[in-house]
Amino acid sequence: MSGQATSHAWSSQQGAAALAAPSPAEKRRAFDWRILLGFLLPVAVALLWEAAVRFGLAQGRLVPPPSRIAATLWALAETGELWTHVGVTLWRIASGFVLGAAAGIVLGALSGASSTVRRLLDPTLQALRAIPSIAWVPLFILWLGIFEASKVALIAVGVFFPVYLGIAGAILSVDRKLVEVGHVFRLSRIQLARRILLPAVLPEAVIALRSGLGLGFMFVVAAEFMGASEGLGYLLVDGQQMGKPDQILAAIIAFALLGKIADSLLVGLTKPLVRWQDTVRERL
Amino acid sequence: MLQLEHLSKTYADGTRALSDINLSVREGEIVSLIGGSGCGKTTLLRLVAGLDQTSAGAIRLDGEALSGPHPSVGIVFQEPRLLPWLTVSQNIAFGLAHLSPAGRKSRVRHALEKIGLSEHAERWPRDLSGGQQQRVAIARAFVTNPKVLLLDEPFSALDAFTRASLHEHLLGLWEETRPTVVLVTHDVQEAVTLADRAVVMQPKPGRIFDELPLTLARPRDKTGLAFESSVRRVLTALDHSLNTPQQQPQRERDRQAAALWW
Repeated sequence: MSGQATSHAWSSQQGAAALAAPSPAEKRRAFDWRILLGFLLPVAVALLWEAAVRFGLAQGRLVPPPSRIAATLWALAETGELWTHVGVTLWRIASGFVLGAAAGIVLGALSGASSTVRRLLDPTLQALRAIPSIAWVPLFILWLGIFEASKVALIAVGVFFPVYLGIAGAILSVDRKLVEVGHVFRLSRIQLARRILLPAVLPEAVIALRSGLGLGFMFVVAAEFMGASEGLGYLLVDGQQMGKPDQILAAIIAFALLGKIADSLLVGLTKPLVRWQDTVRERL
Repeated sequence: MLQLEHLSKTYADGTRALSDINLSVREGEIVSLIGGSGCGKTTLLRLVAGLDQTSAGAIRLDGEALSGPHPSVGIVFQEPRLLPWLTVSQNIAFGLAHLSPAGRKSRVRHALEKIGLSEHAERWPRDLSGGQQQRVAIARAFVTNPKVLLLDEPFSALDAFTRASLHEHLLGLWEETRPTVVLVTHDVQEAVTLADRAVVMQPKPGRIFDELPLTLARPRDKTGLAFESSVRRVLTALDHSLNTPQQQPQRERDRQAAALWW
């Protein structure tokens, strides 16, 4: 009897909540268990492997159990070695990303805004894009030496293309109907760019920057494979040469964490700019 | 006074969208352009708005020839075309960049009150219904106090109830400054509800078939006999314009009938 009454009250409350706009607190609560769901698979696999090694079902020599990877990571962090490597790698990515993204934004904007510039630049850039970026390495080493400059240049090349393509494409796909609104209010070219084109391309620009950043992380490894004495990429090579799979996995985990943090940072910083978007993202 | 003189538009592919349009609209008059699809109604509006170039002829506003968008000419499109990154009040203020912030604010507040969306001022367009968005678009065109307001089937995507309430909002805004209004529609009821004159157009190439004065007193009683007969008159003219392109205009036949009567 009382159970029925509660369930009744519950359902009417539910109905009222569905009618009202969801409050931020409610959204957060709905979000929480989904995050936990995401952790389920990796944690289960890690625990299973840990148990398998502990109970002697597997040796864990080539695939070390999570506890040993954690110990290696901890040891590297304690000696401060990890932070040097992380610092160097991050610095390379940051400088390469800034250079590549800046060039990509400027050239992408020019090529999107002016058909003359597009006809002039785009064919060459598309041809260059077809070259696997790693193929530049020998040339960059000859030109820029084996130290930082060649590594940063390689990362910048990797970041440049997705940003260039994304920005140019975004400008070309701006809705003609919104541009006409600008014409009706007699905006000058500069006003049109600032008040309509810029905000309209922001969402796609953020996506372009994110894929550029992702490629930056890819290329820093390639750059550090080719003769580096510091950096997470160096830890990978060192781990392979010295037969230390736990060190390789520790570096891989460090990469995963750094990449995720950097991406979240970029998303967080740009979120206020694209808050207005009418997408399903928030409801997914 | 808005005058269209021998206006023609031929597109680059040779399509003749408009041919020799002559029309003058008095100050403060509401004229509705009505006709089947493809008769160049929207093209005509885009020419007056300065969004397309005329092939021949001239458009004059109080004697001044228009070429390109003009500050005294506002337009509301078929879709709301609000800028999704601006809030409702920022959208309304879009054409007021030249004013001081205080002047802008008071005009926007007044417009929001007029369209009954004051409590939605700081929301994004995505949070509004289609009818509310179109109200914001109408307010955005009205706040700049245009002499001529062009409306391109602004209510065609809305249901009948929303449309009726938007007609009232539109007339409420119009009462204040009484701009000249050119309304494109394919809804005869809408034309008779709003307009002082219905201009019936005919396709291939787009041209004026007939003009019917609608002299009913405002506010108009949509259930009255006078309203019904006006609707019927426009419908008949529309019917003739679509079915028998060679037939003489209604006005001409009326005159002949009158002559016989005497």
